[in-house]
Amino acid sequence: MTISPQAFTFVRELVRAESAIVLETGKEYLVESRLVPLARAGGHADVDAYVADLSKRRTPAAMKQVVEALTTNETSWFRDSDPFTALRQTVFPALAKTRSNRTLRIWAGACSSGQEPYSIIMTALDTPELAGWKIELVATDLSEEMLDRSRKGEYSQLEVNRGLPATTLVRHFERAGLNWRINQSIRERVEFRQLNLTRPFPPMGRFDIVFLRNVLIYFDLPTKRDVLKRVRQVMTSDAHLFLGAAEMTMGVDDAWERVPAGRSSVYRIREEQGTCVH
Amino acid sequence: MRALIVDDSRAMRRIVGRILEGAGFEVLEAGDGQEALDVLEGLDSPPELSCVDWNMPVMDGFTFITEVRKRPEWRSITLMMVTTESEMDQIVRALAAGAHEYLIKPFTGEAMLEKLDLLGLLPTTTGV
Repeated sequence: MTISPQAFTFVRELVRAESAIVLETGKEYLVESRLVPLARAGGHADVDAYVADLSKRRTPAAMKQVVEALTTNETSWFRDSDPFTALRQTVFPALAKTRSNRTLRIWAGACSSGQEPYSIIMTALDTPELAGWKIELVATDLSEEMLDRSRKGEYSQLEVNRGLPATTLVRHFERAGLNWRINQSIRERVEFRQLNLTRPFPPMGRFDIVFLRNVLIYFDLPTKRDVLKRVRQVMTSDAHLFLGAAEMTMGVDDAWERVPAGRSSVYRIREEQGTCVH
Repeated sequence: MRALIVDDSRAMRRIVGRILEGAGFEVLEAGDGQEALDVLEGLDSPPELSCVDWNMPVMDGFTFITEVRKRPEWRSITLMMVTTESEMDQIVRALAAGAHEYLIKPFTGEAMLEKLDLLGLLPTTTGV
């Protein structure tokens, strides 16, 4: 099933008028895949029927939904900003005082297209307390396709517009045709590996910091509980866990305590657990 | 808070204006750099933000930000280039001339809000 040229033209004009983003010919698959959920939710047989109905009614709320469906899927750099401020101002300096080997191990557990692990490395580079430290960052994702994208480190103009300060772009990226590529010195600091969070983890050693943001929300309660338990087992006793803003351990796995870190919060393993070694 | 949008495209001024109004800004507009300087001259106090296109007739955006930075009374204005110009050396030049941020067209509303968040110009700076 593909979207008809008429429906595509209507959506393209709508998105261009409302957001200045141009959906070029060849992006039919994108329009189709993003509008299928809206079409289904509205009880339409397919995207063409949904767009035909939309073009007739032109309800502002529905038009807005279409524009948002087609424009809000890029992952941001330094997503939500506060966790990265907390990392630089609170978490990194605290850990820097307690690690005599001048090495930090970090795991980004659902790295998607790579913005999160690269944001973590750039934040570490901006932390004076970590000057000269070795940062070992393991970034994992379920999707090999995402991992390949992440390893390449190439991002479109739209993607580098998302949350990346211009000074950081200039400092850490180079042009690659129409795209931007993150510098090799950053790329080579991240090890990308395929990993399914719902299965037993492969040997990875222990981590001082774990990022597991906006992924638990997709799991049911027993799976969340199981994942959090196994995450504890790969963390040092004084490690820090970052979850998404809408996620928490309370009522899921009470072995964690929530600790404020700047305007953000992190999770630490409660001392009485005593299951982890440093 | 007020924002001055400097762009020769009326459609672009409307799009940017709508995003900024949604973020709580009162919006002023100018069609080129010279007109924008005239708008600033006529104000009792400068706006908090100016979003500036690069290529415009009469006076371009790069010249405009250079002129704004010469005036101490306008030092408090946060300047953001909003342009299709996307070469590395142009971004570097704009930042060196006094632009605080640089947003490349085309962009989404979220991208602009995230830039405002970086600049501390959202009412709640807790992320978007």
